[in-house]
Amino acid sequence: MKFSRIIWANITRKKVRLLLTIGSFAVALVLFAFLAVVRDAFNRGADVAGADRLVVINRTSIINLIPLSYRDKILRIPGVTYVTHNNWFGGIYQEEKNFFPQFVIDPQSQRDVFPELIVPDDQWKTFLNDRQGAIAGAKTAERFHWKIGDRIPIKTTLYGGGAWEFNLDGIYHGKRAQDDETQFWFQWDYFEERIPQAIKGQIGWYVLRVQNPDDAPRIAKAIDEEFANSPNETKTQTESAFAANWVKQFGNIQTLILSIGTVVFFTLILVTGNTMAISVRERTGELAVFKAIGYSDIFILFFVLAEALLIAIIGAAIGVGLSLMLIPALGKALSGLLPSIVLSPGMLVFGVGIAVFTGLLSGLLPGIGAMQLRVVNALRRV
Amino acid sequence: MVKVDGSTSSGLIQVRDLDKTYRRAGEDIHVLQGLNLDVSKGEFIAFMGPSGSGKTTLLNLLGGLDVPTRGSITVAGDEITHMSAGKLTEWRARHVGFVFQMYNLIPVLTAFQNVELPLLLTKLSKAERRSHVETALSVVGLADRMHHFPRQLSGGQEQRVTIARAIVSDPTFLLCDEPTGDLDRKSADEIMALIEELVGTHHKTVLMVTHDPVVAARANTTLHLEKGVLVEGKNLPHSVPAGGVA
Repeated sequence: MKFSRIIWANITRKKVRLLLTIGSFAVALVLFAFLAVVRDAFNRGADVAGADRLVVINRTSIINLIPLSYRDKILRIPGVTYVTHNNWFGGIYQEEKNFFPQFVIDPQSQRDVFPELIVPDDQWKTFLNDRQGAIAGAKTAERFHWKIGDRIPIKTTLYGGGAWEFNLDGIYHGKRAQDDETQFWFQWDYFEERIPQAIKGQIGWYVLRVQNPDDAPRIAKAIDEEFANSPNETKTQTESAFAANWVKQFGNIQTLILSIGTVVFFTLILVTGNTMAISVRERTGELAVFKAIGYSDIFILFFVLAEALLIAIIGAAIGVGLSLMLIPALGKALSGLLPSIVLSPGMLVFGVGIAVFTGLLSGLLPGIGAMQLRVVNALRRV
Repeated sequence: MVKVDGSTSSGLIQVRDLDKTYRRAGEDIHVLQGLNLDVSKGEFIAFMGPSGSGKTTLLNLLGGLDVPTRGSITVAGDEITHMSAGKLTEWRARHVGFVFQMYNLIPVLTAFQNVELPLLLTKLSKAERRSHVETALSVVGLADRMHHFPRQLSGGQEQRVTIARAIVSDPTFLLCDEPTGDLDRKSADEIMALIEELVGTHHKTVLMVTHDPVVAARANTTLHLEKGVLVEGKNLPHSVPAGGVA
């Protein structure tokens, strides 16, 4: 484009200012990417939830247990195909900072309900035959450099306390990039053998699959009605609703992240808008010359917008590069605290889109001001 | 031939009953009053007059940078006083070459790129633009400085680049506002020699505002502006009727 040389010459005339402005776009985009992946990780449960899965918890709260005997009754409800159950273990591996979620599972039904979490058959077979066996998610295994056959001690203050020892029989992988690979599973039989008598036969929650997702509301209603007026009433909800409610326990993450993101980009508009305004003001005489020699008002607006846009695009591109480098490091730092941190192309495209929009917006007011410049007045000021 | 009485019906530039009034602090300031002017092709006219006499205002009106309060300006058959802002911009690009006192070059562009600016608005190819720019820079004697930035040129050379930019698109006429005002005498002489060459050799029409009688003396005709009224000749009468003199 024959005008590109003019645009480039204009934006590079004050190099320090250009670097700082580009830097603010890049930093804003990196921050946006950080916020987006954290928000995404918090919402991951809802996003990866199976449309055909329901979760049944104690109506009072998830920390209240429900009887294992409900399983058969749930299975008898028309439309339910598989039921499995889990307990939260809440143990500590070596140090408290080494957090990862540990679940007691029912090996007979786990893979039927969670088919997207893949364990090789030979490893699964070993696990089934090993009362102290455990399966770890690939990310957790990698984090602690575990290999199959390792003996893994986990301390707990619950269930009578003490150290529980497990044999790592297998490692599971998720079918999709966003699947949670941080969990640690071990057998219900081993768990029940060691827990106090008072809570034997009590599970944390059921997860079930239904034949037709459209039947989910009816089935949820039927389950809750089945156990209504019992000592352990239930609350059945879709897996995504369950995950969303779980996230709500941390507060309104969505609003918090949205607020920070909005403040960041609003500040960016002010900073770049001010920079563009100063840049235009410094060039009043030059813009007047452009107009005098025949450049129309639209051309002048085009120049200012193109400069703002170019700065935004360069800043966003650097921001994308930095995000691609830094987000995996963030993922490692937060490993275990959140499900896998995934920077999706969609997030980046959205971030770049906002940056470009911000760039255009920041150039708009100075551009309109430049358009409205009266040549005779501007030349008089030179 | 230059006439200031409005009696001629032909000519390249015709100005009729031109008024320009500014309103400042609630008061009307009549900068130009009932001004008439006829300029033929190839004329070189110098406008002189005290500060505030309306010289630059007249130049701005002739160049389509400002609009009159009353009256008309016709250039090569186009009446510009009633053109829209957009049309006027297009008209300026085709018909007017501007030379400013402070050169007004774009500091981040080379001499070549500065001269090329008016041509970027045309449909000329890159090669054609290059050829035009090189010719214009040769005319002003700066073919060997085309890749220099304004800061690498002297004041006189900068003004030459401005002149090259003004002539590169072969406009109908040139408007020069104090073209030597910021130059030493030697450089001023060189610039004036160049303008004379443009008029004499290249048959350009030049309208120039100056404070300097030595510079004005090099024009074919000197017109004086006093209190918004145009008068012909170098000896300014103290009392001039509205509309100028024949």
